[in-house]
Amino acid sequence: MTDFGDAFTTALSLVVTLDPDLAEIVGLSLRVSLGAVAVATVIGLPAGAALALFRFPGRHGAVILLNALMGLPPVVVGLIVYLLLSRAGPLGVLGLLFTPTAMVIAQVLLVAPIVAALTRQVIEDLWAEYEEQLKSLGAGPGRALGMLLWDGRFSLLTAVLAGFGRASAEVGAVMIVGGNIDHVTRVMTTAIALEVSKGDLALALGLGLILIVLSVSVNGAAFLLKEAAERSQTGGPRQVPRGEDPALP
Amino acid sequence: MTDAVNGASILPLDLAGVSFAAGGRRLIKDVTCTFEAGPRTAVIGPNGAGKSLLLRLCHGLIAPAAGRVVWRGARGRDPAPFQAMVFQRPVMLRRSVTANVDAALALRGVPRPERRARTAEVLERTGLARFAHQPARVLSFGEQQKLALARAWALRPQVLFLDEPTASLDPAATHAVEEIIDAIRGAGTRILMTTHDLGQARRMADEIVFLHRGRMLEKAPAADFFAGPRNDLAQAFVRGELLWWRKRPSRDPATEP
Ligand SMILES: Nc1ncnc2c1ncn2[C@@H]1O[C@H](COP(=O)(O)OP(=O)(O)OP(=O)(O)O)[C@@H](O)[C@H]1O
Ligand SMILES: [Mg+2]
Repeated sequence: MTDFGDAFTTALSLVVTLDPDLAEIVGLSLRVSLGAVAVATVIGLPAGAALALFRFPGRHGAVILLNALMGLPPVVVGLIVYLLLSRAGPLGVLGLLFTPTAMVIAQVLLVAPIVAALTRQVIEDLWAEYEEQLKSLGAGPGRALGMLLWDGRFSLLTAVLAGFGRASAEVGAVMIVGGNIDHVTRVMTTAIALEVSKGDLALALGLGLILIVLSVSVNGAAFLLKEAAERSQTGGPRQVPRGEDPALP
Repeated sequence: MTDAVNGASILPLDLAGVSFAAGGRRLIKDVTCTFEAGPRTAVIGPNGAGKSLLLRLCHGLIAPAAGRVVWRGARGRDPAPFQAMVFQRPVMLRRSVTANVDAALALRGVPRPERRARTAEVLERTGLARFAHQPARVLSFGEQQKLALARAWALRPQVLFLDEPTASLDPAATHAVEEIIDAIRGAGTRILMTTHDLGQARRMADEIVFLHRGRMLEKAPAADFFAGPRNDLAQAFVRGELLWWRKRPSRDPATEP
């Protein structure tokens, strides 16, 4: 118990004094995760929307596959990217293995299916509501895609957040393709795993605290942003009554 | 509003043996008729008669299972851009009131400066100008209905389909919406509407179509229809007898498939 108490005190002091090693690790974590989320968003939003709007053979299979990919184990993704990027692999010449870029690539593969799958659901619901009106105005699925992404922007923020949650929390993929090299590819999650195995609970705990605080504040900020924006769009949670068929006399 | 009619009219509209089926049920049965340019038509009939489906079929949102929908005046032109529809439940984009009208015009390829002018005009004329920058979805139901009309009006359609434009509106809002419809019609737009309000059908229509269980049982000038419908089910409907309570089809020979 005193171990834990000591570790906690040291952890707090590391955080409060902005320990440079700690700051470096936190900075790299944010760069990797935010970078991966940005790329995954650029891919996932249009891909998810297209899957919601277009009808093509094998669409059901694609939806099932996409939903399954949401739960892809990070270590498996890490392994695949490792094989692709390793010296003998097809992309070995790029020399990306054990670099932050490799970590971003692996996380994009983890996050893009989440963003795409959640986007598909949001856009499909919105399309169900808008379809007839937009068709009446002459817009098929192609024209509708951009409009729906814009009109669904608040719900889609949640999809992006879910992606960020996944990216910032996972350890398996970045460990394998990054290698947890000090000052190069060490991020919060891999550092925690390492420090715990070395028995340095203080640094691990400090990192853990920061990880939680970061995650809570990113989600909190996004939630407040969404609330405020949504209130300005819909006047708050109150739903404008939809027309019901009048009861006949 | 000027210039409602862009070029030659796509009317008349011919329905030839039109049927529609979904979920294993025949929902519109063998409708044949012609809608000429000019008169305002009200489609009436009990809930579930197929009024909304008939409008969708005419507007081209759904394809008939059998029969043909032909815009005889279109002569090779695509008739869709000459039509607009206001749905039973107004569909409000998650945008401002102005942007709702603007988006519709943009989809129809109207250039930006003209979009701005038309949007301002229809919002002014429907009394929505003071809501211009509010999100459309905070509007009351009646205001949303007006916005849906304004949006359709801005398109300057030759033919406007209105699916129960005043359902669940209070008398004042109903009156306002009817005045808007009159103004749209005054600009040369052909009105085809459904309604449950027989008073409204008398006020707003020159021609009545009576639908019952997917069949068009009567189509007559409004004056003749209200003087005495030829069809006995239509008579019962106008008298306010609850013919949709009849459960056994055997007592209802006109609706036998
Ligand atoms: N896509 C569909 N699939 C199956 N049934 C449908 C579909 N669309 C409509 N129906 C059925 O067709 C019938 C006619 O529907 P419609 O909406 O045209 O009625 P309506 O005359 O407009 O009624 P209301 O006065 O209640 O608006 C209803 O029984 C409805 O349940
Ligand atoms: Mg209806």
